[in-house]
Amino acid sequence: MLEVRGLEVTYGGIRAVKGIDLKVGAGEVVALIGANGAGKTTTLKALAGLLQPKAGRITYKGADVTGKPAYHLVRHGLALVPEGRGMFPRLTVAENLAMGAYIRHDAAGIAADTERVCTLFPRLAERREQLAGTLSGGEQQMLAIARAMMGRPQMLLLDEPSMGLAPLMVQKIFETVRMIAAEGVTMLLVEQNARLALETSSRAYVMESGCIVLADDAKSLLSNPQVRHAYLGE
Amino acid sequence: MDIFAQQLINGLVLGSIYALVALGYTMVYGILGLINFAHGDITMIGALVALTILQGLAAAGLPAPVLLVIAGGGAMIVCAALGLSIERVAYRPLRRAPRLAPLITAIGVSILLQYSAALVWGKQYIALPKLLEPSAIDIAGAQLTTLQLAIFLLACAIMAALLWFIKTSRMGRAMRATEQNPDVAGLMGVNTNSVIAFTFVLGSAIGAIAGLMIILYYGIGHYFMGFMLGLKAFTAAVLGGIGNVGGAVLGGLLLGVIESLASGYIGDLSGGVLGSNYRDIFAFLVLVLVLVLRPSGLLGQQNGDRA
Repeated sequence: MLEVRGLEVTYGGIRAVKGIDLKVGAGEVVALIGANGAGKTTTLKALAGLLQPKAGRITYKGADVTGKPAYHLVRHGLALVPEGRGMFPRLTVAENLAMGAYIRHDAAGIAADTERVCTLFPRLAERREQLAGTLSGGEQQMLAIARAMMGRPQMLLLDEPSMGLAPLMVQKIFETVRMIAAEGVTMLLVEQNARLALETSSRAYVMESGCIVLADDAKSLLSNPQVRHAYLGE
Repeated sequence: MDIFAQQLINGLVLGSIYALVALGYTMVYGILGLINFAHGDITMIGALVALTILQGLAAAGLPAPVLLVIAGGGAMIVCAALGLSIERVAYRPLRRAPRLAPLITAIGVSILLQYSAALVWGKQYIALPKLLEPSAIDIAGAQLTTLQLAIFLLACAIMAALLWFIKTSRMGRAMRATEQNPDVAGLMGVNTNSVIAFTFVLGSAIGAIAGLMIILYYGIGHYFMGFMLGLKAFTAAVLGGIGNVGGAVLGGLLLGVIESLASGYIGDLSGGVLGSNYRDIFAFLVLVLVLVLRPSGLLGQQNGDRA
């Protein structure tokens, strides 16, 4: 589904991603873990078309999409839920959801999907007419995921969905993530909470200062002593 | 004749024109954080194009409303194309530049438009051919001409339509989303460059209508007329809270009323020392007071990075 070869990205004059390879098959959930500042978010931003890669090649659904803008990629089913949720703070919850369906023109399908995400997240349904900026962090994260689903993506890039949330909310968000994955949406999940990420994914890459240093099955990584020591706090 | 009622009417009519121009400033500021100082001059081009069309067709014997629609339509097309080109050529290459660069560019574009207009139309005042037979309605001891009424109603209709469009349409929502978070708007599939270009086209076309209204109202056009009009509309936008579309409407109407009332009474208040030709002082007095007392404007956000 998505294949990356020799990706290099500079961010603010720093070489944040130094030539990485990674691959996500259709229907797979792959995690990208690593410490703060390892280059995970920069990688996702380049994949989603928000940052121009300096070198390397990104292939999505068999086509070279290196350097294509975000609005082009999302029309081909590749969506990013950005770090920090990326709300439109002065749009209402309903309007944020409508923005998620911006690329679609099937009014009936959009209405059905709006109902679906509202059933999935009753909290959003209650706050439909409220401005997104007034929601709590957890509610904003729900809205960010719900909004991405409104575009019916084939592949979802998720950046730190657990960041800044209370444990109970993290559970709720990850339940939803697993449910979306079960519907067959391909996922690349960036997460600082390595245990949660590895428990959710089938394969994972470990990133350290701009390079991928490990790639393996999530299960093997969970029992890998090096990973356990560095990322699972054992 | 009641001075107060008369100046209130004059002020509302003038203010509705200011509001139309202020909308162009505020929409571009909202989406780009740029004060497009060329906007007043785009309005001037619209006015002169409309004037030229009216002069050219004056002898054709068409009924006045048809003439006005042709003149307004022509001015809108020219201004929309102008706004689109200016955004593409002058502002888009500077999208990631420090904020000062596009601001200075805007002043450059403004001067370019003024002197281009001077080349095309000359530097003299151009008079509007006689089109309309003025008739007036008496209201509370004041006179409201049919032209004033038409300008005010059309301006209000345009403003209401614009507010409705921004609030409810898919494009309007994309404009607001781009304004609040351009990167994420891109992630939703919005081509933000097109949205920005559309904003310029919309603001410029509305400016063209305002230009037509100005020449109908004053009966005269000039290559430099966009300068003062632009500054006043900018003041109106700041008064309402720049970046806020409803604020531009409110600010424009208020500024028109303040200016008219003040110029109506300035002679009496200053014992005849200052005449109503000092009216322009008031707009800038308002600008200074707003910037000192409430920099975010009447409807602007108090927090955040605005104005």
